[in-house]
Amino acid sequence: MSGATTHGTRPGSGVVRVTGELIATRRVGAYHHLTFVAPGLAELARPGQFVALAVGGPTSANLLRRCFSIHKVSPSGTYGGTVDVVVAAHGPGTTWITELRAHDEVDIVGPLGRAFPLPKEPVPCVLVGGGYGSAPLFWLAEALRDRGCHVEMVLGAATESKLFGVVEARRHADGVTVTTDDGSMGTRGWVSDVLPEVIRRTGAAVVYGCGPMGMLESITDVATAEGAVAQVAVEESMACGVGVCMTCVMPVVGKDGATRMVRSCVEGPVFRGDRVRWDAFSDGWCRVPDDAVGAPRAGGH
Amino acid sequence: MTLTSADTVAATTATSVDMSVDLAGRHLPSPMMTASGCAANGRELGRFFDVAELGAFVTKSVMADPRSGRGTPRMAETPSGMLNSIGLQGPGISAFVEHDLAWLKQAGARTLVSVAGGTSGEFADVAATLRASDAFDSVVGVEVNISCPNVANRGLVFACDPLASAKVIALVREQLPRDVPVFAKLTPDVTDIVSVAQACVKAGANGLTMINTLLGMVIDTDLLRPQVAGVTGGLSGPAVRPVAVRAVWQTRAAMLEGRLPYVPIIGVGGVRTGRDALELVAAGASAVQVGTATFNDPSAPVRVGRELAGLVQDKGFTRLADVVGIAHERLARA
Ligand SMILES: Cc1cc2nc3c(=O)[nH]c(=O)nc-3n(C[C@H](O)[C@H](O)[C@H](O)COP(=O)(O)OP(=O)(O)OC[C@H]3O[C@@H](n4cnc5c(N)ncnc54)[C@H](O)[C@@H]3O)c2cc1C
Ligand SMILES: Cc1cc2nc3c(=O)[nH]c(=O)nc-3n(C[C@H](O)[C@H](O)[C@H](O)COP(=O)(O)O)c2cc1C
Ligand code: FES
Repeated sequence: MSGATTHGTRPGSGVVRVTGELIATRRVGAYHHLTFVAPGLAELARPGQFVALAVGGPTSANLLRRCFSIHKVSPSGTYGGTVDVVVAAHGPGTTWITELRAHDEVDIVGPLGRAFPLPKEPVPCVLVGGGYGSAPLFWLAEALRDRGCHVEMVLGAATESKLFGVVEARRHADGVTVTTDDGSMGTRGWVSDVLPEVIRRTGAAVVYGCGPMGMLESITDVATAEGAVAQVAVEESMACGVGVCMTCVMPVVGKDGATRMVRSCVEGPVFRGDRVRWDAFSDGWCRVPDDAVGAPRAGGH
Repeated sequence: MTLTSADTVAATTATSVDMSVDLAGRHLPSPMMTASGCAANGRELGRFFDVAELGAFVTKSVMADPRSGRGTPRMAETPSGMLNSIGLQGPGISAFVEHDLAWLKQAGARTLVSVAGGTSGEFADVAATLRASDAFDSVVGVEVNISCPNVANRGLVFACDPLASAKVIALVREQLPRDVPVFAKLTPDVTDIVSVAQACVKAGANGLTMINTLLGMVIDTDLLRPQVAGVTGGLSGPAVRPVAVRAVWQTRAAMLEGRLPYVPIIGVGGVRTGRDALELVAAGASAVQVGTATFNDPSAPVRVGRELAGLVQDKGFTRLADVVGIAHERLARA
């Protein structure tokens, strides 16, 4: 009945590893919204952090973990603590996850990564989500409103079925703007088309974003142009999620002004938008900028 | 070496089997190790288990200067494995000894430091800086990653060439005190792994680690282009385990036949469970590293150790050392 087994993680480590039972699953448009029993995780988690799920069971040929933003957590309930994620079926791992049924068990590690930083003052904020990228923004909105911030949300997707949480957004935010590429819901176009007006109208000091990389770059551009700070949660390909494989790196400018290839699973996934070297990304590749610390030299490798 | 409290914990859990290893003169309470590049430098896995519980913590190969590594994507998942092209990203040896080795020492870890270089001189420089560092007394050995590309030799890996391998090992050996064993880490991507092992041992290697990744490639069939930015990459994970077993077997066989002096072998490649580790041990490995499986289960290096101890006991042995290479005694007679 407990629905979960906790494995060895060490006290004070800030992370738990549990075999969590799936207790609820529902389709939301193009996505699957899943609730797992995960004792101890809720107390540690903050908006913007993520969980890493093992897929395919203990003898799976897919060894690498799949990472998902935490949609919400609840520390106690009928089943003890739970964690919710919103999953888009894409390749074999996410397909396996979306085909799980109630009472199936999944190995979950979390919370991982750095959370969205919250402003000290009750300043107006805009939260921008692309597709399932809106998943972590609702409990962020709650945390911001608890601090007295005016919160507006902008949700965008290719089409209506790929929007996530429009109804929920109305409950969690003081204003909601929706865009779709095909005009099937809200304004036809991209979130960056409506964002300048929302920032100006609300006087937003911080713009939070989660979604595809291209969208995060344009959110950063718009926010910077409007004098707001962008905090974006990136999605880089990850093999471990816990900082040991070095596959999830991206070029980010540090406090000392130097660009380094940093691990987005431990130093991110949330970065200040204006610190990310967007110029290095193109066509699905990310190169190492020539001025990055330890960049390959001519003749080297 | 003094015994830490974690040693006693590791020695007393579950089984009464003696899992300790004498690795080229160093006594380790457990045969289990992390694999270089699959465990970062300690802190990250320290959230999941006590790093002092391992026989040794093997660090990410470190070079002389900071290195950014390659662009992304750096990996592709493959059946029961993965392809990686990291490009030896790292902080450089000075920052490594100051921040990482010092942390491992205070955490009570026995550290096997993996070193790399683009030239044989760079390997020697890295070893010299390591020796001069404050935390050097926590180092139980140096693993020389000669499976990285040799800048001077058209990017061919050192370990593909017995002469180039021997030169690197000799230079590193010279920089280190006698009681710090040097392990040569070999690639299976050669025609005859025994001849490379012979050259390394002759040049002063006190042990051998095998295997590093196999060179592989994945094409993204949506975009019809290489999936990793580095084009080719290293294949690892359970998919390569039979290659690791073969490499350990051939090398151990050469020792039994008198073609190679007896030196300990650290087996690595595709280990996910105690059963997998037992396979490498039976082929001739005295210690076992767990790499890619750590990405699936962050506590795999210690879990595999517990499973291995259980299996060794179930089979009626009291000492792990009695199982090392045992499969060579159990061949079918034609
Ligand atoms: C911090 C973070 C938060 C995320 N949040 C969500 C979310 O809330 N909902 C959701 O549906 N998806 C989310 N993703 C993306 C999700 O992790 C990938 O879609 C998923 O890992 C792909 O697995 P697959 O088996 O379907 O694909 P495959 O291509 O078979 O995956 C192979 C390997 O590549 C990695 N990989 C492939 N694509 C991605 C990607 N886009 N991002 C990260 N790793 C990838 C996988 O983890 C796996 O290790 C998030 C990713 C990150 C990094
Ligand atoms: C992401 C990744 C990075 C690696 N980096 C190194 C490295 O820096 N030095 C090294 O000697 N081996 C490196 N290896 C090789 C492993 O240490 C190991 O030899 C190999 O992966 C086979 O073991 P496995 O199947 O258990 O992973 C790396 C492997 C992986 C998957
Ligand atoms: S995903 Fe492995 S280091 Fe970030």
